[in-house]
Amino acid sequence: MSTLRIARTVYDALRAHGEETYPHECCGALLGRNTGDGWRIEASARAGNTRTDSAHNRYQIAPAELVKIEREARNRGLSIAGFYHSHPDHPAQWSPTDFAEAHWLGCSYVITAVERGRAAATNSFLLAGTTEEDKRFEPQGIEVSERAESPAAP
Amino acid sequence: MNIFIPTPLRAYAEGRDIVQVSATTVSGALDELTRSFPDLRKHLFTGEGKLRAFVNVYLNDEDVRYLPEKESTAVAASDTLSIIPSIAGGSAAPRKRGKASPGKSGLSTKERH
Repeated sequence: MSTLRIARTVYDALRAHGEETYPHECCGALLGRNTGDGWRIEASARAGNTRTDSAHNRYQIAPAELVKIEREARNRGLSIAGFYHSHPDHPAQWSPTDFAEAHWLGCSYVITAVERGRAAATNSFLLAGTTEEDKRFEPQGIEVSERAESPAAP
Repeated sequence: MNIFIPTPLRAYAEGRDIVQVSATTVSGALDELTRSFPDLRKHLFTGEGKLRAFVNVYLNDEDVRYLPEKESTAVAASDTLSIIPSIAGGSAAPRKRGKASPGKSGLSTKERH
């Protein structure tokens, strides 16, 4: 099983985001560096949930916001390594909707269950495979680093 | 012009995050990109040659699908093209009784930076 390495500050921030938006789903991007043996997440970027029609059980990030997030990440020497969202009063497991809408192969999808407003389990799933036809979610371990974020590349 | 390659597609572009092309239109730029890196084609286009539904292409900050001339839009050397796969999902859990309605507003201000 692969492992997602994530800075403590980022891990705490994405869980706090889920509590803030409860009972709606939160969402955002995970920014990091590929170290050769997997991603090291050094920052996150909060995003707006455009699914205001069903925000308790759906999320979507506007592509225009993703373009800006990607641009800002690149300026910091980082890449979009994955995404996070919350499941209000629902387990931290991927849903058929999560799978159908997952297209970032090789990236991590982190899900936090938020139970009655408090962050509970946080799990990560790697979108493995090489095409839309053979993609699959594989559970990932999460290694939370207490070390401070490393400085962005010049 | 520069084309920004998203993380999942870099493996099919020799690991590059930026590819430079010389083109006069959006479609010309994408054609040059997929000529240079043929493995990208099946990830970007359907068998009929249409952009896959989940693939967004932005010319600078504009969604190409909503430009008047779409992929025939003229481009300059200083423009950038971003390829951004869509991101969405959700628990799909049914609403529990007694929950407040999510309403139709109030999310973006609080959630955005």
